[in-house]
Amino acid sequence: MHINEVEIEDTFAEAFGMKVATVIITAINEKWAKTAAQLATGFGTSIIACGCEAGVVSTLSPDQTPDGRPGVLALFFTTSRKEMEKQLLNRLGQCVMTSPTSACYNGMEGGKPVTIGGKLRYFGDGFQSSKLINNRRFWRIPMMDGEFVIEEKFNVCSAVGGGNFFILAENQKVCLAAAEKAVKVMKKLPGIIMPFPGGIVRSGSKIGSKYKGQHVSVNTSYCPSIQRQVGADLPAGVNSVLEIVIDGVDEEAVRQSMCEGIRAACLPGILKITAGNYGGKLGQYHFHLHKILSA
Amino acid sequence: MGCVSCVGFNQEIAGIKDDIVLRLKEPTTIPIEAESICPDLFVKRSYREIYDLPVYYGRRKMRLGELFSIDGEKSDFITIEDDVSNVKKIGSKMTSGKIVVHGDVGRHVGASMAGGEIVIRGNAADKAGINMQGGLLWIKGNAGHQTGSALPGENKGVNHGVIIVEGNAGLELGACMRRGIIAVLGDVGDFAGARMIAGSILVFGHLAKRAGAGMKRGSIISFGSSEPLLPTYRYEAIVQPVFIGILLKYLKELGIVFESDMTGKSYERYSGDINALGKGEIFIHVKS
Repeated sequence: MHINEVEIEDTFAEAFGMKVATVIITAINEKWAKTAAQLATGFGTSIIACGCEAGVVSTLSPDQTPDGRPGVLALFFTTSRKEMEKQLLNRLGQCVMTSPTSACYNGMEGGKPVTIGGKLRYFGDGFQSSKLINNRRFWRIPMMDGEFVIEEKFNVCSAVGGGNFFILAENQKVCLAAAEKAVKVMKKLPGIIMPFPGGIVRSGSKIGSKYKGQHVSVNTSYCPSIQRQVGADLPAGVNSVLEIVIDGVDEEAVRQSMCEGIRAACLPGILKITAGNYGGKLGQYHFHLHKILSA
Repeated sequence: MGCVSCVGFNQEIAGIKDDIVLRLKEPTTIPIEAESICPDLFVKRSYREIYDLPVYYGRRKMRLGELFSIDGEKSDFITIEDDVSNVKKIGSKMTSGKIVVHGDVGRHVGASMAGGEIVIRGNAADKAGINMQGGLLWIKGNAGHQTGSALPGENKGVNHGVIIVEGNAGLELGACMRRGIIAVLGDVGDFAGARMIAGSILVFGHLAKRAGAGMKRGSIISFGSSEPLLPTYRYEAIVQPVFIGILLKYLKELGIVFESDMTGKSYERYSGDINALGKGEIFIHVKS
């Protein structure tokens, strides 16, 4: 298969079942809502070392938020509900509660809840109070600038993490431009995040290493600078590779974003688009590139 | 098969109505206690069974059909066409369904209701929504004294639910309230939120004297003018509480139309009543 003369390899991206929480962060204005959200989702590129994968999905107008103030919608992905509780407690407690004028709400229906506001409330030292509005409990914790409002429970649902595709290009500049264009298009889609810096990852990894204790290491098969040394199967002329990793609230969100992203990335100078998998033995979701682009 | 309007048309031809319409057969000044006018009791009952439901006419036990004309059966949507200001306990203890009263209504409307919705297009007499446990009570006109308060002798009142009064409310609004939301678009009488345990009272008109007397916890929010507060309330600071935005957004979603956007405004916060637990709060909107 070819799109704009770019070869699309007949392979698939292997993705995994994850847990997702949707968080609405509001503040006095969009600037402070974004500040809190960026901090809370920061250091959230990979569950390998960050504990969660997180990102900002969109900004919300006052009529889309529970308190009528500007807000931001963020997604957090973890491997379990227990880990989600830990991550949200740490991230919302340290990054959102500390941010001036902020408030924080559950943004998703369904799933099983984890208690977040109901635990962070103890920071109020006995002066916290709650409001039960429309069957949702909100905790109010006094702060030096007013009060921090956080919802008692946040729902955690099943999700898909690790959708991906690789852009193989003739040089670094073209490769980055294609990846940036793909990310720009994909960012407009709902229900997904691309957790790596700017949505792009250059340090694609493989499981295992020659070193004891190192569980993952660089995906040498996609490093053009050592392609002859490792016997990589990169097409001739490939000098740069970038990967886009996608986490989505469901299979369809990942599939659609991969489809749009790959199409956008097929620019002149791109030699091939492929995807990463582990032979189909580890992940429960397989996104076949030809299938999703033909649909 | 057919469209929604066809279904409605066919039902009309077949004489099947969505709601049960009640009309007083004769105007009377004798109080009627009609706890049986409740969607829970109507929803599975035939016309005859509804007719036989008990009511008290003064102290005399009678059947509902002897005092009201009944049009419809087996529905949880009740419409009362007349002024029923001498009919007490309408919608008492209801848990679901809807009652619409096209006129004034008597005491204890929605008393101890736990769910569903009551809409009063006129005024409500005293003790509307007393001991409410859930649901929505919407009074388009004025409400009497002790709206949303506790049953006599009880120290815990409204627990869940929403009461909206578009007009004015009388004395002791939300007294002993434990949870829930009461919003009054007009003025309220003395002792609003007295002995309140928790919950929220929003007053858009004038907040009269002794608001929050004996209040343990909970919030009274005054968007309009107010009398001086009790000396057992301490001024804390001028604040911009986020939770007021959540309350206003919720009320807006229920259908209340506000004259101006109150979100993000400044309020003077007073804490009290220090005669009680002292963790209650009264917010007075700071006019710019």
